[in-house]
Amino acid sequence: MSFEYPEDLRYLDSHEYVRLEGEIATLGISAFALDQLGDIVFVDLPSEGDVVTQGEVFGNIESVKAVEDLYSPVTGTVVEVNTPLADNPEQLVEDPYGEGWLLKVRVAESLSLDDTLSATEYQLQVDGE
Amino acid sequence: MAVESHLATPLQTTPLLACHQALKARTMPFGGWEMPVQYQGITAEHQAVRERSGMFDISHMGKFLLEGMDLIGQLQPLVPSDLSVLKPGQAKYTVFLNESGGILDDLIVYYHGQTNTGAQAITLIVNAATASQDLEWLRQHINLDTLTLEDVTPERVLIAVQGPEAIALLQTLTVVDLKQVSRYGHITGTILDKPAWFARTGYTGEDGFEIMVDATLGSLLWETLLAKGVQPCGLGARDTLRLEAAMALYGQDIDSTTSPLEAGLQWLVSWEKPDFIGRKALMTQKKQGVSRQLVGLQMDGRHIARHGYPVKALSTLSETPSEVSANSTGEVTSGSISPTLGYPIALAYVPTALSQIGQHLWVEIRGKDYPAQVVKRPFYRRTRTP
Repeated sequence: MSFEYPEDLRYLDSHEYVRLEGEIATLGISAFALDQLGDIVFVDLPSEGDVVTQGEVFGNIESVKAVEDLYSPVTGTVVEVNTPLADNPEQLVEDPYGEGWLLKVRVAESLSLDDTLSATEYQLQVDGE
Repeated sequence: MAVESHLATPLQTTPLLACHQALKARTMPFGGWEMPVQYQGITAEHQAVRERSGMFDISHMGKFLLEGMDLIGQLQPLVPSDLSVLKPGQAKYTVFLNESGGILDDLIVYYHGQTNTGAQAITLIVNAATASQDLEWLRQHINLDTLTLEDVTPERVLIAVQGPEAIALLQTLTVVDLKQVSRYGHITGTILDKPAWFARTGYTGEDGFEIMVDATLGSLLWETLLAKGVQPCGLGARDTLRLEAAMALYGQDIDSTTSPLEAGLQWLVSWEKPDFIGRKALMTQKKQGVSRQLVGLQMDGRHIARHGYPVKALSTLSETPSEVSANSTGEVTSGSISPTLGYPIALAYVPTALSQIGQHLWVEIRGKDYPAQVVKRPFYRRTRTP
């Protein structure tokens, strides 16, 4: 099955994505990973004001089948949480790169996304799975 | 987030693999077999079985045919159940035990009656992961000079068709009067005009049949059922269905370190039987009482208590998480959200003193304690039509 991986996003090999707009990074989960997880039960996310750290777990996603940790591609302070997702996790699957975003994080100007993958690199990785 | 990747280990495949691939099923290794996990999605498949009908390829399960003059007599010492009460066409769910009363496998013994030479004939259906070990166990304990034991696992396809509409659908494919077969009954006949064996057993909590046919007929039977609108279901839905019905999964809820008395399977032990492997150990457990029990848990929130998570009790009468004792008193063996009930359910071993219905407990999920309550099993019971 092939999925869409927008070019303006950067991806982690653990399937999270980040969209960087100025000092605000929007985090989410790739369409591929959501499909692999199957029926999503809920997402556990940090609260506004919490700090997330690049490479560390910031929450987890629970499907009927399994629960998986979510890793942060950036370090910064959570400025907004997609709270409606808690009651409506289907939104994640329907629109993972839009309405299905998870967190907005204020990041430092010096943020480097060198360790993340481009859409093409990410696509190559998941095609191998 | 880690997503399962396929292992390079060679896996056995069932004769229906091409059917699963045609339906774009996601597969995974299970008990040494490459098996479909889901087609449409676990919840959709689960609901189809509860509300209409679903089918499962369970050809991976071990299928042994045994025949011999004193077959039942020879199998009796291997199981705690009394097989002598079985009439032709009846079956019994039972277990193989080790000397310490631990469960080596759970299985169903189907008694066919006597062949025209007077030999007793039985089919055993066992778990895939334990099939070769069971075969070895049988060979060690029965006299193969007087009995035949045939492993027909690779040559047969076994399809479970389950759900409130399952029997009516199957009835259109066979002249066997399926309604006349009682629960746990079984009968030999034909389906699509080819030899078939029908057993009114299952692992979903719904009514239905498990149908065994020759491998060469498997795909046609599968495709025919598919054309009739039966929902293909994978191991994912099989797991949530059996969990709602509180049926044990071998290797997870029961294994060689758990006894039938701890697992809530005391009903299958026939204490009148003078001897069977594990009897002495079970007798001691019965006299002294078991220290732990398998219970059903209902979680208060949305967090799912999964296999291996610690179960804790309150250290005081207070019901705030800060008072939860740091040490675990038990362990979750199976857990999921219940698609039918809408909340998370689990099976867990807890100390006998904490196993009463209504008991409040806590489950540690990723470092935090979440409230749970001991509830009646099964979590789901189908409403029987008269």
